[in-house]
Amino acid sequence: MADSKLDRLTGDAAVPRKNGELVFDEPWQSRAFGLAVGLAERGVFEWEEFRTRLIAAVRDGGGDPGASPATLYYRQWLAALEALLADKGLVQAHDVADRAAQFAAGERDEVF
Amino acid sequence: MSKPHDHDHDGGHHPQPLSGIEARVRAVESLLLEKGLVSSDAIDRVVSAYEKDIGPLNGARAVARAWRDQQFKKRLLADATAALHELGIGGLQGEHMMAVENTPKVHNVVVCTLCSCYPWPVLGLPPAWYKSPPYRSRMVKEPRAVLGEFGVKLDPSVEVRVWDSSAEIRYLVLPMRPKGTDNLSEDDLAKLVTRDSMIGVGTIASG
Repeated sequence: MADSKLDRLTGDAAVPRKNGELVFDEPWQSRAFGLAVGLAERGVFEWEEFRTRLIAAVRDGGGDPGASPATLYYRQWLAALEALLADKGLVQAHDVADRAAQFAAGERDEVF
Repeated sequence: MSKPHDHDHDGGHHPQPLSGIEARVRAVESLLLEKGLVSSDAIDRVVSAYEKDIGPLNGARAVARAWRDQQFKKRLLADATAALHELGIGGLQGEHMMAVENTPKVHNVVVCTLCSCYPWPVLGLPPAWYKSPPYRSRMVKEPRAVLGEFGVKLDPSVEVRVWDSSAEIRYLVLPMRPKGTDNLSEDDLAKLVTRDSMIGVGTIASG
């Protein structure tokens, strides 16, 4: 159910939109989006906790300047999500790195 | 969906190496799945709920109902949150909805001067201009001029009321029912109702 979560992301932290609709350039972006919103809906964290980290990640900027706005934004979105999950002790950064290496190497191939 | 798929998941092999960022998102999801904190279905649901923008359809249904049902209209104007709930429109998360009625003498328009508060579950995604600083500041200072730019020409005798949305209260404009629509069904009426008319920056032409 759509709600006010995205409303509360304003300025540079606002989700990329085109004609009002959400813009995802690649599937991983919508996945990252769904993870953060879904976790907040389940009460794993407060949306506000994610929002503050997202604002910080957007402020820190970085990333390939040649990338699309949605790509840059959702990289920051993911960084914010990872930071929050680590702060909460739910998912550790080194576990993410290890697991990502397994996916990148093709050692893991889960069906989503 | 008949395009050849380049992403083969049913074999035991990996046809395409994942990019760093793709692998990272999968890693996070996979770790969360293991901990039982998310399910893939739940993520799918979230994404499709937001992707398939509900649009202004919910608001349009409420307007069409109010045009045809005087009792519903009374309830909508008295307590919009409850009236919308009757139609199964919820998800307002504590924000109160208030419906304001346009009449031949009063034209209502909604703005959020502080940020971009918007009744999402009722009107869908806010248009880009709604969030723009010029709209937010000018609608308060010179509403008639801004309305004119949107194509809403009002007689000087019409009073313009500007409603400032906040985190606590959000507004739905109940536009005037166009003439010549007496025989239309609720569904057909709903199709006439535009998002802009429910923000107050549009009127509805006769069917």
